[in-house]
Amino acid sequence: MENQERFEPRIVGFLCRWCTYTGADLAGTSRIQYQPNVAAIRVMCSGRVDPSFVLKSFAEGADGVFIGGCHPGDCHYSEGNYKAVRRYRLLLRMLGQFGIDPRRVRLEWVSASEGERYAEVINEFTDEIRKLGPLEWNREQPAVSERSIA
Amino acid sequence: MSTNERIGVYICHCGSNIAQTVDCAALTEYAKTLPGVVVAKEYKYMCSDPGQDLIKKDVAENKLTRVVVSSCSPLMHEETFRTAVEDAGLNRFLFQMSNIREQVSWVHKDKVRATEKAKKLLRAAANRVLHQRPLERREVPVTPEVLVVGGGIAGIEAALRLADAGKKVHLVEKEPTIGGHMARFDKTFPTLDCAACILTPKMVSVGQHRNINLMVCSEVEEISGYTGSFKVKIRRKATCVDNASCVGCGVCWEKCPAKKIPSEFEEGLANRTAIYIPFPQAVPKRPVIDRDNCIYFKTGKCKVCEKFCDCKAIDFEQKDEVVEITVGAVIAATGFETLDPRTLPRYGYGRFDNVLSPLEFERLTNASGPTAGKVLLKDGSVPKSVAILHCIGSRDEKHLKHCSRVCCMYSLKFAHLVEEKTHAEITNFYIDIRAFGKGYEEFYHRLLKEGVTFVRGKAAEVTNVAEAPEEKGKLIVVAEDTLLGKVRRVPVDMVVLSTGLKARSDAGHMAHVLGISRSADGFFLERHPKLGPVDTPTEGIYLAGACQGPKDIPDSVAQGAAAAACALSLIDRTRVVLEPVTAEIDEKLCAGCKLCIANCPYSAIEFDETRKVSVVTEALCKGCGTCVATCPSGAARQKNFEDAQISSEIVGILASM
Repeated sequence: MENQERFEPRIVGFLCRWCTYTGADLAGTSRIQYQPNVAAIRVMCSGRVDPSFVLKSFAEGADGVFIGGCHPGDCHYSEGNYKAVRRYRLLLRMLGQFGIDPRRVRLEWVSASEGERYAEVINEFTDEIRKLGPLEWNREQPAVSERSIA
Repeated sequence: MSTNERIGVYICHCGSNIAQTVDCAALTEYAKTLPGVVVAKEYKYMCSDPGQDLIKKDVAENKLTRVVVSSCSPLMHEETFRTAVEDAGLNRFLFQMSNIREQVSWVHKDKVRATEKAKKLLRAAANRVLHQRPLERREVPVTPEVLVVGGGIAGIEAALRLADAGKKVHLVEKEPTIGGHMARFDKTFPTLDCAACILTPKMVSVGQHRNINLMVCSEVEEISGYTGSFKVKIRRKATCVDNASCVGCGVCWEKCPAKKIPSEFEEGLANRTAIYIPFPQAVPKRPVIDRDNCIYFKTGKCKVCEKFCDCKAIDFEQKDEVVEITVGAVIAATGFETLDPRTLPRYGYGRFDNVLSPLEFERLTNASGPTAGKVLLKDGSVPKSVAILHCIGSRDEKHLKHCSRVCCMYSLKFAHLVEEKTHAEITNFYIDIRAFGKGYEEFYHRLLKEGVTFVRGKAAEVTNVAEAPEEKGKLIVVAEDTLLGKVRRVPVDMVVLSTGLKARSDAGHMAHVLGISRSADGFFLERHPKLGPVDTPTEGIYLAGACQGPKDIPDSVAQGAAAAACALSLIDRTRVVLEPVTAEIDEKLCAGCKLCIANCPYSAIEFDETRKVSVVTEALCKGCGTCVATCPSGAARQKNFEDAQISSEIVGILASM
């Protein structure tokens, strides 16, 4: 039986190029091991993460979405991370209405020097999504995928 | 998905860095199944010339229109491959990279799952590259001037190198004089040359150089703009002295009646006046008025300095001035602080008279210091025994985790100076002796021959509670001698705490002004620990000296010169190319809601009242993309980070195998 195996969640990560993506690279350079469930997409700033990217990810079959930005005050573009956190708060409220547990989306601040923290956060988030189980939003509502952004 | 595009995919083994964890052959076979892929190859080192030639040859022979490389991080080699793609005749933005080293092979051990993740990332890249568009890079003119922040030895070196190359340099220093920490030292290890003798000529050169605009008592408040054209706001604090009229004759500070103000330069071991120069060799040799302690500013009466000033240089009404300049590059050389020994109360600093911080000892032993170079106890007598405690606060989980690099060597220097001046019995308490530089180990051996005692063990405390007759009236250093395996109590007259170097307490603020990051220890973060130790992620902003991490004088000088070379190589180009990741707004889709305008941190979007649409000013846009995420109608678009491009990555990551 498939469900006897350990569930391996599929997680999309949106990482800001200046802090979290560089922090993830540092985890690599430092050879810090973590679970391979998050596959990262590089954006210039966490402020670029359109909430529809998160919905698109769920529609395409993601079980969780991770957004990583610079710590407050450290944004390369002054305040993009503040924009990200505003959208994130609103998104969390909307997810409930879609029947998605808001714990499936996580926004974290990881700086370029926090390779170790990146690994910790990714492990912790992966475990949380594993506990929440598969979302399979794409299977329940196949039409959403076509309606959402291109 | 059907496509007319012809993609070439190249999988890099990176020696065994990738190949030992990712099944590169399977990945290559998988690539061949992806839409649009006509060529998929694996190679040992894609970044090498033969690797790049592979791409160039295939673009010509297989008529490739897009290229994907799965290798290291794009932060490492994106430029390399973009250039290769461009050399092959394609637009450099018709290329995408997937990071299967830093974010796959180096962080995962399970070969099957690592390969699976590599496939996801490759599929995302191959999907994305289909949506990428040819772009033109922006070229902007470079202002051939450089801002150096901080006038310590690193900043001085950088400023002089640039000025000697004929470039205009703006050197901004917070204090009333340049010279930094080095100006306060007596001797420098390991050669024991006098710090003032090697530093002050350089300080004078800075003061006299026609290409250097020296601004003391000044702070950088804001940096905006972009590589090649940074707009800088500098606050020149009111010193109440008109530097143009003042000749530095010294009458004012001789006559000033407020004489009992602890001198910062002398670590409070001597006093200064309210109008003062920090030390006799200060550059510029112009006094400043300390308003907090000036009798006139406190009581409204005095003005003695004004009465005696023949040059009429005193101006009590002087106000802060904000100067705006444009520079092509910025060098941060803001230095360090020494750890405050009060944070480690067990060593008795502040409680016992004869427990000294390293800077206090530097002043005490300095020929121009408060005791004219005599090492004396507070009561004026000569110490018969001195203990030097290494690693105070450094290599310490509770304080500074890092090794401060210079403390072993300055401790050895202190030991030598005490020996030379007092013939006292000297005991060093150390964890390890780290004598890593040229001539350093030899200096350590010299000290061993000079009869200095070394106890291997970090001091646990300094106490005055005597447990034996010989300890009466002494300071007792308690430490475990790890070579003997027992606790020792060593009674001494004087204790010097070799405290570590830490990031300045305003480093967070400065990092924010400069738009750069800091590492976990608080120091400024370099672009790459090995290949970019002077650069920051922002091109045109460079680091020099101990603001990047603890450094000794030779290393600070080397990095100062290196930063100057980096800045020079940037400003000597007449133009600099910027990434075309700016936003644009499709007028046909724009509803005129102005949300983008409210969200733009750079005021780069304006509203065209006649057409009722928002318009991006490309020169001001830095490409964060927050307006795009905010736009409800999809009119805002970020070049190379378009919605369709990011969506195609999402699809690529999540598609079933």
